[in-house]
Amino acid sequence: MSLGLTPSQTVGPFFSFGLTTEKCSVRCIAGPEAKGERVLLTCRVLDGDGVGIPDAMLEIWQADAEGKYNHPDDPQEKTCDPEWRGFGRMGTREDGSCEFETIRPGRVPGPGSVLQAPHLNMAVFARGMLKQFYTRIYFSGDPANQEDPVLALVPDERRETLMAHPDPAKPGHWHFEVRMQGEHETVFFDV
Amino acid sequence: MRHLANERSIITPYRRHEEGCQPPAPYQAYESTIKRSPSKPLTFLPHTLSEITGPIYGHGQIAETDNDLTRQHAGEPNGERIIVIGRVLDCNGRPVPEALVEIWQANAAGRYRHQDDQHPAPLDPNFTGAGRMRTDENGAYRFVTIKPGAYPWFNHYNAWRPAHIHFSIFGRAFISRLVTQMYFPGDLLFAYDPVYQSIPDEKARQRMVCKFDLETTQPQWALGYRFDIVLRGPEATPFETP
Repeated sequence: MSLGLTPSQTVGPFFSFGLTTEKCSVRCIAGPEAKGERVLLTCRVLDGDGVGIPDAMLEIWQADAEGKYNHPDDPQEKTCDPEWRGFGRMGTREDGSCEFETIRPGRVPGPGSVLQAPHLNMAVFARGMLKQFYTRIYFSGDPANQEDPVLALVPDERRETLMAHPDPAKPGHWHFEVRMQGEHETVFFDV
Repeated sequence: MRHLANERSIITPYRRHEEGCQPPAPYQAYESTIKRSPSKPLTFLPHTLSEITGPIYGHGQIAETDNDLTRQHAGEPNGERIIVIGRVLDCNGRPVPEALVEIWQANAAGRYRHQDDQHPAPLDPNFTGAGRMRTDENGAYRFVTIKPGAYPWFNHYNAWRPAHIHFSIFGRAFISRLVTQMYFPGDLLFAYDPVYQSIPDEKARQRMVCKFDLETTQPQWALGYRFDIVLRGPEATPFETP
């Protein structure tokens, strides 16, 4: 049996009172009790003119510090950090930015015999997007990036677009830019 | 299409989208997509644990009136009261239990409770227009609300959106996440609406239109509509390699 999928439609300009109210937003992906290296991640979404998109919504899904997803289909024989949920959702501000409070995830099994490098999975929604676009956030300078099987699918010159960068002035602060178009267009995945 | 061998982890990949059943990006007739869609081809990603898992536990509190948009204020909202029921299923026909379903919509006059909505139609002090609930063990959900009005937008001259309710649904996996719009049967604005028309396949497009349902309709009280939602699900046969 195979049913036809319901098609996607844009979130439109007015989703904030339904999806990103104070009650429905999730800024804190990892609570203060969660294990792992703390990360304050600032994301910014830019359109084809390099202008911040003020009516976008970012969703993040990630594993805990041990690389375990809080999900029954994760077959790894580890127990998830009891403080762990792994989901974040924020609407962007006027300049296209928003923040998440989280931890650097552990390495998740990938295809083949390699582990994936620490990464966050991200879906981007906005007015003017008829469907969500998927990307990943890796941590610049992480040695595991060299052997990540997904980064290996991306041409060398575009891998940089998937990197979050540490703020040299503020320990634990990271920045990630989502560029929808242009010279440094972010790599989006066909999932 | 590239596949990576799966030696260690046992992963059942999710079924991919069929041609013509999802909107393109960008879509010229919907002007805002032009600067907001990737211009380079997407990178094909074989599914890993990261794609086939997703947020299924908890999304904060759900209050008792969250699925009844007519009872969230002191008085009753203006407009035609309706009941919208349906099931969330995966493409294999399996119900998706405990799925978070969120909706938001304009009021009966076609006005959203949002600071950027410039449509000179009245706000309704008794209507916010947002709701949420979780599906039961059969994947079923039920909302009581009022029928939203059509409203104008600035995409092109004399542009009007057909009446619709926005739906956001979390399935079992991060890649089964869906945001869509539910339309009403026989809307005369379908032919002129680039958002609705963005779905190339006519049959797929009609899957966004709810059906009038006499069984759900309550005598002397409200019309009922059924809107079933089908999300991506695992491919039928898991492939396992030791």
